[in-house]
Amino acid sequence: VASLAEIPTGRAVTVRGVDGSRAFRRRLLEMGLVPGVTVRIVTVAPLGDPLQVEVRGGQWSIRRAEAAQIAVGEAAR
Amino acid sequence: MTDCHDAADPGASPSGAPVIVLAGNPNVGKTTLFNALTGSSAKVSNYPGITVDRLSGAMPLPHGRVAQVYDVPGTYSLNARSAEEQIALDALVGLHGAATPDVVIVCLDATQVARSAYLLLQIQELGARCVVALTMIDEAKLATPDPRALAALLGCEVVAVTARTKHGLEDLRAAVDRTLRADRRPLWRWVPSPGLRAHLDVVTTALPASWRAAIRHAAPATATTAGPDPTADDALALWSLLCLERRTGSSDDDELDVPDDLRAAVTARTIDRAIDDEAVLARWAWLDREIPKLVRRAPDRSRTERIDRFLLHRAIGFIAFLGVMAGVFMALFWGADPMIGWIEAAFKMIAGELREQLGDGIFTDFVCDGLIAGVGGVLVFLPQILLLFLFLGFLEDCGYLARIAYLMDRIMRSMNLHGRAFVPMMSGFACAIPAILATRTMERRRDRILTMMVVPLMTCSARLPVYTLVIAALIPGSALTQALLMVGMYLFSVIMALAAAWIMSKTVKPLKAKRLPFLIELPPYRWPRGLDVVRAMWSKSAMFLREAGTVILVCSIALWALLYFPRELPAGSPDYAAMIERAPSAEAAQALDSERSALQLANSYGGRLGHAIEPAIAPLGFDWKIGVGIVGAFAAREVFVSTLGIVYSVGADADEGSEPLRDKLRTATKPDGSRAYTPLVGLSLMIFFALACQCMSTLAVVRRETGGLRWPLFLFGYMTALAWIVSFCVYQGGRLLGFS
Repeated sequence: VASLAEIPTGRAVTVRGVDGSRAFRRRLLEMGLVPGVTVRIVTVAPLGDPLQVEVRGGQWSIRRAEAAQIAVGEAAR
Repeated sequence: MTDCHDAADPGASPSGAPVIVLAGNPNVGKTTLFNALTGSSAKVSNYPGITVDRLSGAMPLPHGRVAQVYDVPGTYSLNARSAEEQIALDALVGLHGAATPDVVIVCLDATQVARSAYLLLQIQELGARCVVALTMIDEAKLATPDPRALAALLGCEVVAVTARTKHGLEDLRAAVDRTLRADRRPLWRWVPSPGLRAHLDVVTTALPASWRAAIRHAAPATATTAGPDPTADDALALWSLLCLERRTGSSDDDELDVPDDLRAAVTARTIDRAIDDEAVLARWAWLDREIPKLVRRAPDRSRTERIDRFLLHRAIGFIAFLGVMAGVFMALFWGADPMIGWIEAAFKMIAGELREQLGDGIFTDFVCDGLIAGVGGVLVFLPQILLLFLFLGFLEDCGYLARIAYLMDRIMRSMNLHGRAFVPMMSGFACAIPAILATRTMERRRDRILTMMVVPLMTCSARLPVYTLVIAALIPGSALTQALLMVGMYLFSVIMALAAAWIMSKTVKPLKAKRLPFLIELPPYRWPRGLDVVRAMWSKSAMFLREAGTVILVCSIALWALLYFPRELPAGSPDYAAMIERAPSAEAAQALDSERSALQLANSYGGRLGHAIEPAIAPLGFDWKIGVGIVGAFAAREVFVSTLGIVYSVGADADEGSEPLRDKLRTATKPDGSRAYTPLVGLSLMIFFALACQCMSTLAVVRRETGGLRWPLFLFGYMTALAWIVSFCVYQGGRLLGFS
């Protein structure tokens, strides 16, 4: 199990859990970043941060420090 | 806040018309649908107390009825932490003075059904009558779910709409009309666990009476809500349990406006993440089980990904970004110039004509120099505001504004600014007024206010005439050193603005950074709809004229009076009228007239104020004449030049290129015969102008955008103090080092 911040661009992984303060965590969960969902890092911003992440067909900008709070594992199948 | 001029009381809809609320995620075509449903009746106003645009309009229903439609700011969830986010709950439930909606239209994005349905589930749990408008079907194409199957699943009517072509709008109106007569039935897709049930039962009893469904709906609840199923009141109790926390007095506290009793009831319970997980995961579990049955393929995002490969590319992306920003900047800086010139010329002409008609006198001076010049001084902002909102609307709607925040986040974040603060700060090089209005693209109040506090430090175009005059008149050296000094002033302003942002985000409590995730959706690239962009541009500019413009006008008339009255010359002054009468030549008469104007200005209330502040500005190297200029510059910084023109009897027409004015400045002497304005004084003066908040329009707009006097006073206070201290250090330090 690694954090989303450590995953190379382009590889699909599965969310295992989200950590952090209550409000932060709840917001990520409500965006659909729930355990079991597939995420993929699409690009890294030119200055190295934030990351462009694809989840549930939508794309989001998320900071590296925040991605580090998302535990991920190998994609199902 | 006094800005709720329009539909000030949302609690009462005119003539008992049904109240419809339009809700949905951001970037799902909600505004386009709103415009299509309400036609030209749409109006922008503000939610009371906060600057979040509130769109309202009239929507025709079948059988000649008309409903009042309110737009809810785009949101992904009803759970909230900030005052802005709470608007969604207030509008959907009918709290804090909002009318309880009769029907809620929820926009579902056909390309992201599950995600946008999450909000729908929350709204249905509250017992609202819902109609789903399925948007973006032209983009989802074959991935679009069947509306009938979706309606069966979601338990409400579903209408596929394409607002651009007006396809489906009549069906949507009919569905709204039918739903008006439906029962209010809370719809929960999950059953709270016994532990959560116990929490809900206690918190429900703490809900204020006005929040209770039975009160809000003014009608007996339907039978189903009385049974063992969760009720609308349970949904509000759940919202409270998820969102309310104990106040700690830190800047990380939530900003939610709820009764203390309710907060106390929630914080008295031992709540942990488990209930967040239970509620959120239960909804997602239902969506993940049901939605994939209806959506069989993923929508095609390949076009957006291809464009992003260029626009977010390490090198090409940055070059493209700089190109776009340069284009916007040049349009603001030079493109607006001819229009500004026309406005100024037109108002000058009108004032001149009127002066001919009315003849000399105090009333004429008031109309021409106070009133008409004041109106012109407001309208002169319009070209830049229109242009900036045109660009912002276009960039927002096509999806690039979110990418700017993505590209710039690293830099802006290091100063604790939002990625989206980049465009307002860059616009500040043209003028702070449109730049402050542009902070509205950020959703959090803290981000907006911090940006507003530093934008006025950027070198706006009104400072240029002052710099040009001072550099040309007082700074020795070749054209190259003078040009370098000008560049230096720009760099200085950027460094000061970024440093100020960083320091304030560390020291000023309401501006401290909050630990909220920086999640920005990067929506698919779409062609903006011209009508939506133009409409938003116009309504926002009109709001500026109405609300900030009136304040600016009143202030500029007051300032005119300050520099105009009293009309009497001090005792012992020569009889100028008689002298002008006897003047040997027109030039001599002109010179005498200018001399009289200078004396009059020096004797005016504003002139006396300039004298009065001399002790305060003397340590910066300034005399009372500069003091009068600083008072006059409050109307707009460039007025400093023409005010000095009057003080030095060169005439009010003097501009920064005026050789006589430059000569006067160079040769002006102190009572002891030494040079009054040395290069060191010039530098001190430029630094003072770079840092001081010499602009009442800026303060008026900040007051309008923050809804009170607190932030404009803070802005004025800190910038003036900063300007004084830095100018003091430069002037006194320079003297210690042996410069004169």
